[in-house]
Amino acid sequence: MENIKKRKASATEGLDRVDGRLKVTGKAKYSAEYNTKGLVYGVLAGSTITSGTIKTIDAKAAENAPGVLAVYTYLNSPKIPGYQDPPTQPKGPFRIFDDNKIYFNGQPVALVVADTFERAQYAATLIKVAYDKASFQTDLKSNISAGVSPRNGKDYVKGQEDAYKTAPVKIEQEYILPTDVHNPMELHTIIANWDGDDKLTVWDKTQGVLGTQRSIAQAFKLDPKNVHVISPFVGGAFGAALRTWQHEIAAVMAAKALKKPVKLVLSRAEMFTAVGYRPYTWQKMGLGATPDGKLVGITHEASGQTSMYEDFTEGTVNISQLMYACPNVNTRYRLVSLNVNTPTPMRGPGEATGAIALECGMDELAYALNMDPIDLRVVNHADTDPQTGKPYSSKFLKDAYQLGADAIGWKNRNRKPASVTENGWLVGYGMGTGMFGAYRGAATVLARLLADGTLDLETAVTDIGPGTGTAMTNIASEVMGVAADKISVKIGDSALPPSPTQGGSSVTSTVGSAVNDACVQLKEKLKELSGTAEGGNLSYAQILQAHNLPQLEVTVTSKSSPEAAKYAMYSWSVHFMKVLVHPTTGVVKVDKAVSVADCGTIVSPKTARSQIIGGTIMGTGMGLMEEAVIDHRYGRLVNNDFANYHVPIQADIPQLEALFVNKPDPYINPMGAKGMGEIATIGVAAALANAVFNATGKRVRDLPITPDKLI
Amino acid sequence: MKQFQYTKATSPQGVLEAISKPGTKIIAGGTNLVDHMKHGLIAPDKLVDINHLPLKGITPTKSGLHIGTLALNSVVSENALVLQKQPLLSMALKAGASPQLRNMATVGGNIMQRTRCTYFYDTIMPCNKREPGTGCGAMEGYNRMHAIFGASGQCIAVHPSDMCVALAALDAQVIITGKKGEKRMPFTDFHRLPDDHPELDNHLAKDEMILGVEIPDNNFAKNSYYLKVRDRQSYAFALVSVAVGLDLSGGTIRSARLAMGGVAHKPWRLFEAEKFLAGKTATEDNFKQAAQLAMQGAKAYEYNAFKLKLAPAAITEALKHASGIV
Ligand SMILES: Cc1cc2nc3c(=O)[nH]c(=O)nc-3n(C[C@H](O)[C@H](O)[C@H](O)COP(=O)(O)OP(=O)(O)OC[C@H]3O[C@@H](n4cnc5c(N)ncnc54)[C@H](O)[C@@H]3O)c2cc1C
Repeated sequence: MENIKKRKASATEGLDRVDGRLKVTGKAKYSAEYNTKGLVYGVLAGSTITSGTIKTIDAKAAENAPGVLAVYTYLNSPKIPGYQDPPTQPKGPFRIFDDNKIYFNGQPVALVVADTFERAQYAATLIKVAYDKASFQTDLKSNISAGVSPRNGKDYVKGQEDAYKTAPVKIEQEYILPTDVHNPMELHTIIANWDGDDKLTVWDKTQGVLGTQRSIAQAFKLDPKNVHVISPFVGGAFGAALRTWQHEIAAVMAAKALKKPVKLVLSRAEMFTAVGYRPYTWQKMGLGATPDGKLVGITHEASGQTSMYEDFTEGTVNISQLMYACPNVNTRYRLVSLNVNTPTPMRGPGEATGAIALECGMDELAYALNMDPIDLRVVNHADTDPQTGKPYSSKFLKDAYQLGADAIGWKNRNRKPASVTENGWLVGYGMGTGMFGAYRGAATVLARLLADGTLDLETAVTDIGPGTGTAMTNIASEVMGVAADKISVKIGDSALPPSPTQGGSSVTSTVGSAVNDACVQLKEKLKELSGTAEGGNLSYAQILQAHNLPQLEVTVTSKSSPEAAKYAMYSWSVHFMKVLVHPTTGVVKVDKAVSVADCGTIVSPKTARSQIIGGTIMGTGMGLMEEAVIDHRYGRLVNNDFANYHVPIQADIPQLEALFVNKPDPYINPMGAKGMGEIATIGVAAALANAVFNATGKRVRDLPITPDKLI
Repeated sequence: MKQFQYTKATSPQGVLEAISKPGTKIIAGGTNLVDHMKHGLIAPDKLVDINHLPLKGITPTKSGLHIGTLALNSVVSENALVLQKQPLLSMALKAGASPQLRNMATVGGNIMQRTRCTYFYDTIMPCNKREPGTGCGAMEGYNRMHAIFGASGQCIAVHPSDMCVALAALDAQVIITGKKGEKRMPFTDFHRLPDDHPELDNHLAKDEMILGVEIPDNNFAKNSYYLKVRDRQSYAFALVSVAVGLDLSGGTIRSARLAMGGVAHKPWRLFEAEKFLAGKTATEDNFKQAAQLAMQGAKAYEYNAFKLKLAPAAITEALKHASGIV
């Protein structure tokens, strides 16, 4: 492709986040802050049982409480038009207020709407629900045998099944990852305002305004054009806002019934049961190798939890099919239906979980072989895609190993566990590899050059934090030669030209390509106007003025070329950890972390660095502290708040280093850039577990690695 | 949250009058009380705000240091007199909560804060402390954070404070006012064990209020240490914490003060270990023996058995730090 340019990029170069000032000064307006006139407030009441049916609901006290406008339950809620059709699938999304069945603890059973948030909240506590309780299961560990293959899901077999068992050196181990919850800082929120009988505007926390538009249009049987979804800023999401959830449907329903704008903001506790999570997953890994470290077989099994009403599947075991060159690979994936709400993709969905088994397993195998874990990975490096045999579009994983090893000081690692101390603390080094598909979808971008030489870019995409607007500005600035401060970006609105949901590490690749292509077209037009090759010495502004044009505008749709299908496209990461472990109290401190990403050209160095750092921190939470705990006697969460569900805080995080191979992928898109959102987290938890083993000789296979597991 | 009345107190006398009526609660920093109201654990009719009373002072007395009930946790932890005379208190305070919370939290509020047992916090769950007679959710539930000392068949919750662990070790007194006037109570007697009345956290009567604490002067300043073992480096309650004050002469321990947090319904003084250490040399071996003595009578539940190993390890470690062996 011609448009590839060599981009110089280091962590300190490049644009500041274009909306950074707005965010830190509080001027960025988030969805909950659109306080339209006449706004009323919705608060949900959740089920206190885990399985069964609602017998009676006494909502009188709530209805009579001060300021209350309405209380909706399955008994009186207006029917959601889209829910009246018979379901096309045996299982599907939970339908709020549709019947009296209880599938999980905390399931919304009522919505109170009042003139203030506080009054709605108080009234919600007055609702009395009587239930017929039924038996339930919420513990995956004791239900693994109840797992079933997902529909359309086949076990994967390449070569011989379970071949690892025949290898001269082998390991076979089980790993547990408990439920992790996205917990973005911003609570999920919606304001719904009907502009007539068949038309509405919503301000919503969403990763995709068009996805939300589609879902609401389907549920309320509207023309999608009549559903205007606005989401200019999103305070983190990590997958939790990929789909439209039932609180959003409930708010739209209530706004319609009351003919008033309704705002509904979930509580932190509801964030644990209303918007998905990374599912509790059991895994078993079998790895076998020849004495010189060549892999003979990989067998990877996983059982993940889902709800009773809906199957959530993820590619937990796929990473074992894709990462290493190995003649015999087989994987099995099972779903266990429990009385819990449905999980949802969470940063590195599938791979982040799978990498724990694969990359801890590789470390265990390296120890069994008495081999350096990096050497083991290099020996088994896949030069072509192990699944399809296709060539890679680009892959510089070996460079990444080297960069990271040098930066962390891998040469200081002593292979013998528990052999190095610093100031009375045990020292350990560990590493883990991550990979994730590099995607490019279709997007449309409008680029408009104004007479004063400034450039507008518009597209529907939302920015959930990675810095999409900044990347777009960088790309446009480079292609057009227009200074970044002369470029403005408008995103997060369904009325703008279509672009995909922010997810799957695909937005810079997809939307960035459309920005590139729109700018290239705009330049062509300018060239035509000026009649000279590069516009001569005339500035863009002068060209427009010479033709008396107030503006010049193009709208360009860009998508992947068929040529791309010839290649296997992935992004890679390698995470290195140096940890200190206290020998008697079991406290683990991350002393240094280095993450290296091989994800093509870096188009926005500063925000790319932030992405990697954020992902490493999320992986640190996964490895060392995050765990949503259910008391299985009640089926109810016991730590659904920030005091008890621990995410890393500043003191847990040392200086983190983010390094980039920064070599373009020639095939994926004009920038040569591949995604990095997911690989930032995939492999981190394994690196930590491996470092803790190196420090202590203790292999913790059920995460998180809290002090009690090390003493 | 239920609607409530709010008044500002202008004198301790006014506070006493207000709280003599049922349904009235004192509010200081509000960082614990308001959480309880939001969770529906309590629903007071009236709050009496004491923040405007002149009870913020940190002043030397003839033989100690007086700290007013309204002195903020952050202010106490940085106060020059505290750092000089009672650094252990500063260390414990800084190990608690977060800077934002410490900027709101008061001495009296910290002493009076209630357990963080998650069964206590969830009104759907049984809890004898919140609702006597409903049972203890934690006993056979998720009891990883719970007591290994002094629990009863009714309740296995722990007191969550860090500050109180230091005050217990330092032989502080709580200064209390009530209808009958002012009185003093040794800090170690202030909090209760759950016994058959887990709903009662301490011996402060419903119509009494705390005016402050007083810490007697001591020789521990040079050899004090607060060790808090927790699931993350900051902003987490203790799995186990240890407060140590040693009066060292050469290598010999003249006297020792030790208390633990995260292990009992009250800050847990280690009298046996103190007795053992008095007159001994400061060696790791002696510290380990003291730690073993401290563990007598410990009893664990399904998820907190690790504390039986962690607690003595933490005691030894804290003693090593305090004596300068580390
Ligand atoms: C997320 C979180 C994390 C925390 N982590 C820690 C931690 O790690 N370690 C730790 O030690 N603490 C921790 N805390 C608790 C914190 O220390 C307490 O909330 C705080 O000390 C309470 O002080 P306050 O002034 O805000 O009390 P308030 O909330 O105002 O009052 C608490 C109670 O004390 C009563 N009261 C207040 N003053 C008096 C008085 N003078 N006389 C009689 N009764 C009085 C009130 O009526 C009320 O019942 C944490 C709190 C939170 C929210």
